[in-house]
Amino acid sequence: MTDAITSKTAAELAGDFRDGTLSASEIVDAHLDRIEALNPELNAFLYIDADRARRRAADLDAVRAAGNEAGALAGVPIGLKDLLCTEGIPTTAGSKILKGWRPPYDATVVSRLEAQGAISLGKLNMDEFAMGSSNENSAYGSVKNPWDTSKVPGGSSGGSAAAVAAGMVPLALGSDTGGSIRQPAALCGVVGVKPTYGRVSRYGVIAFASSLDQIGPFGRTVADAAFMLEAIWGYDHFDSTSIEEPPTPVGSVLDDGVQGLRVGVISELANTEGLQPEVAAALQRSAGQLAAAGAIVDEVSVPSIEYGLSAYYLIAPAEASSNLARYDGIRYGLRVEGPDTAATNRLTRAAGFGDEVKRRIMLGTYALSAGYYDAFYGKAQQVRTLIIDDFARAYERFDVLLSPTSPTTAFGLGDKVDDPLAMYLSDVCTIATNLAGAPAMSVPVGKDAHGLPIGMQILAPALGERPMFQAGAALEAAASFNAAEKTGGAL
Amino acid sequence: MSAKITREDVAHVAALARLDVTDDELDRFTKQLDAILEHAASVEALDIDGVKPTYHPLPLVNVFRDDVVRPSIERDAVLSQAPEAEDGRFRVTRILDAE
Amino acid sequence: MTIAEATTVIDGWEPVIGLEVHVELKTATKMFCGCRNEFGGAPNTHICPVCLGLPGSLPVLNRQAVEFAMRVGYALNLNIPERSVFHRKNYFYPDMPKDFQTSQYDEPITEDGWIDIEGVRIGIERAHLEEDTGKSTHVGTSGRIHGAEYSLIDYNRAGVPLLEIVSRPDIRSAAQARAYVAELRAVLFAIGVSDVKMEEGSMRVDANISVRPVGRERFGTRAEIKNMNSLRSLERAVDYEIRRQITELESGGTIVQETRHWNEDDGRTHSMRSKEGADDYRYFPEPDLVPVAPSLSWREEVAAQMPELPAQRRARLVERWGISADDADVLVAVAGLADYAESAVDAGADPVEVTKWVTGDLLGRANESGLSPAEWKVTPHYLTETLALVADGTLSRNLAKTVLDKVWESGDAPSVVVDREGMAQVSDSDELGGLVDALLAEHPDDVVRYREGDEKSQKKLLGFFMGQLMKQTRGQGNPGVLNQLLRDKLNGA
Repeated sequence: MTDAITSKTAAELAGDFRDGTLSASEIVDAHLDRIEALNPELNAFLYIDADRARRRAADLDAVRAAGNEAGALAGVPIGLKDLLCTEGIPTTAGSKILKGWRPPYDATVVSRLEAQGAISLGKLNMDEFAMGSSNENSAYGSVKNPWDTSKVPGGSSGGSAAAVAAGMVPLALGSDTGGSIRQPAALCGVVGVKPTYGRVSRYGVIAFASSLDQIGPFGRTVADAAFMLEAIWGYDHFDSTSIEEPPTPVGSVLDDGVQGLRVGVISELANTEGLQPEVAAALQRSAGQLAAAGAIVDEVSVPSIEYGLSAYYLIAPAEASSNLARYDGIRYGLRVEGPDTAATNRLTRAAGFGDEVKRRIMLGTYALSAGYYDAFYGKAQQVRTLIIDDFARAYERFDVLLSPTSPTTAFGLGDKVDDPLAMYLSDVCTIATNLAGAPAMSVPVGKDAHGLPIGMQILAPALGERPMFQAGAALEAAASFNAAEKTGGAL
Repeated sequence: MSAKITREDVAHVAALARLDVTDDELDRFTKQLDAILEHAASVEALDIDGVKPTYHPLPLVNVFRDDVVRPSIERDAVLSQAPEAEDGRFRVTRILDAE
Repeated sequence: MTIAEATTVIDGWEPVIGLEVHVELKTATKMFCGCRNEFGGAPNTHICPVCLGLPGSLPVLNRQAVEFAMRVGYALNLNIPERSVFHRKNYFYPDMPKDFQTSQYDEPITEDGWIDIEGVRIGIERAHLEEDTGKSTHVGTSGRIHGAEYSLIDYNRAGVPLLEIVSRPDIRSAAQARAYVAELRAVLFAIGVSDVKMEEGSMRVDANISVRPVGRERFGTRAEIKNMNSLRSLERAVDYEIRRQITELESGGTIVQETRHWNEDDGRTHSMRSKEGADDYRYFPEPDLVPVAPSLSWREEVAAQMPELPAQRRARLVERWGISADDADVLVAVAGLADYAESAVDAGADPVEVTKWVTGDLLGRANESGLSPAEWKVTPHYLTETLALVADGTLSRNLAKTVLDKVWESGDAPSVVVDREGMAQVSDSDELGGLVDALLAEHPDDVVRYREGDEKSQKKLLGFFMGQLMKQTRGQGNPGVLNQLLRDKLNGA
């Protein structure tokens, strides 16, 4: 019975709750049971909010019993990446420096989900301050990939991707600064969406790189991802970079098909260095499937895309070095006392941050420092302009673009920890989207020889979520990826 | 941009960023940062003279709030999270470097 | 000496001074959040995730702060560029919750203006918006930052909007520095953007000072002087620092580029412990905010609403009221004083009389008490009423002074004070004539001396008699009537 519930999609669960087939309490209990069973091995949840979730479920059941409307997501369990502020509930951003911190406020997206009846089961593991591509940078231990627990789940939203893949929750929120939703979605065989910058409020989202960060959903189906996205997006006056025009729903285009949709396969990413042959083959297969479904598919060059990585690894650390200055041991979180305040700052930060965070803080500090600003930060922002211009040219001819999400399937735990640059290169396909502020999503389309999932990335111009979801749904239908066939020991 | 980052540079940025680093860490970080910066130097191949920088992906301007008071938060909700507090204020060790 | 002449040249050295003036803007809320912008208040009660820089919080710019900055722009002849952006100024400081200050860098909200002070034009490089910091209290033996055992931080002030007004290095003396700040203060008060109270810290002045041999173009090495909390201390500090630098250079020493702290008690500037490492603020555009691009219609609206500036007001008062330029200076220089005087005049009082009382008696009392005109118990209406009592002969000038003293203390209406104290002037000729007769009868020798004396001794004796009569009437005898009666009777009429 339990697995029958946890294998349902969010849309199914919402329907079951609405028509009385399942109570919210039954739904929550089934998922909590599964979390309890799997989390010791997967380490996806950092904090399980069981009591509060059960109370919320009981409240929702009472609301329904009284014949009242409980919201579009009523009864649907969700998980929240641990960089979303939750009032009174521990929020760590995967860092020791925030251990035990309980924010006095909720992120806008958290309030919106709760207002629509979603029930948070807890906080999900992540790379410290969202810096990483494998989840191995979490101060609270790595998350394991549910498909093979010797592999990484991807990062930085590895906990979110793993939790959804393992059926611990049907939906989860993650954040994407350079691929942190899409890459783990690909590696864990789930759908992950990075919306247009400004579409989803960042208020209450612990910042990594402010001009790149964007919140987005994970689901096991394209429809579920759309379901969650529609619950969180839209203007928020607490975020100055929020887009005021109301978004057009995407759930309604999922059955529209791709007849006449123009799809460009990004040639630079189709041949990128280190591309796993099975991933390259999957890309060709996906392109063929879309063409077979009526799309007009062709190759397109986005020449500057290859420089995205270089620009990103200057811009993101620069912003991060400033965003993370506030963790100084004075107002919240860890403090390691020194003889004076400056020493307290230095000792606290040395003890509280992990190596990757320190590396990026130093890299960003360097990129912004006197004498280097123009050569590094300034130049990187010029590259950003080139990328935006190249994309604009591509979108003159195409509605959406197609590429692999990650050059490889899930790699082994520990494989890249000593080589930061190699780790960074696993983001080569996803980064340019963030620099352009555009949306992109990853859809699982197949598996490699070891049974590990392969994700395909659909990119769209800013505010192009509708054609993106159209293509995503078509690809999902054509690929008929079977999420149930996990080979991992935990499942 | 091709100039190598030195151990002294790394020590300098660590001081600016208020990170205590050990000698071993300095060696390691210098090597790693140098590799990353070398890769970043690939953008030198691009002709970007005269290209306008993009600081922000959205072309938004003039986002304001009205000058209307909103309730502040409970002091205790914040001070309870502080490593040390006294008399309704955050307590810190001696501040030596006055602004 | 005029301000133009008030340049200080000592032994062939000329000072070069630029001032950075920070003013807290009088918005209802902080710069980036809805917390109250209010001086005082229990510690950490005007705080929220945004002004505390809590993880996840984001700033949203207060429109009023921008509008105030634009108003300052129009008042100080500054350009308001098409586009202005906020930058982050990165450095660690416990009073600054994000460990960066949101400020402006190379695209400020206003730039390139000037202000005229008695014919001397002082250039203004820019006036830009930034946020204020919290405040720490140093606990320990000395109460000062050095030697404190620990500090306690209150973030109520963190995020309060500041405008930093940066002058060009056009100032050549301590007196000019003072005059510049005084004029700036009058302007900012007049346009309603700030309380400009140096003592409370809503206006803070830092001075960049260097000296150079007269005739040399290149600037000398400058020191930045902080901690001057009144116009007087600004003038003293600048004067001290000019002399210190000249003395240092004359004795073969060099000037170090540093920050120096003015100490009001010993009248000197002191080198502050320098900050760890060189300043490298790593400015970059604040990604959580978007540019400000004031539209033409917004600019026009702000420009149309500009109130009268101090210089215009001085000219108007001199012309319309017939008062001296010096009196007009005082009225306009003291925050709220000209408004007070204009209210009294609007209520029907004579402008010259009002100016005399306001700049004399009342301002004297105000200086003792530290109250601003709006806080005086002698309201403009009460002043008008008192002056009317003088005009109709009910009160002498001296009695009026006494009445205003009592109104100042009690806040009662002048008529109430006059009634209660029985202070009305006695003008009745019969009553006063009797007193005069009696007095002259008591001093027959003086009467003879008067009648035989020259003009000078007559005047002296008249004064003596008047004094006696005022004493007898406890000041309530109408001096005009008494004077006439005395003259008549002494001249034997």
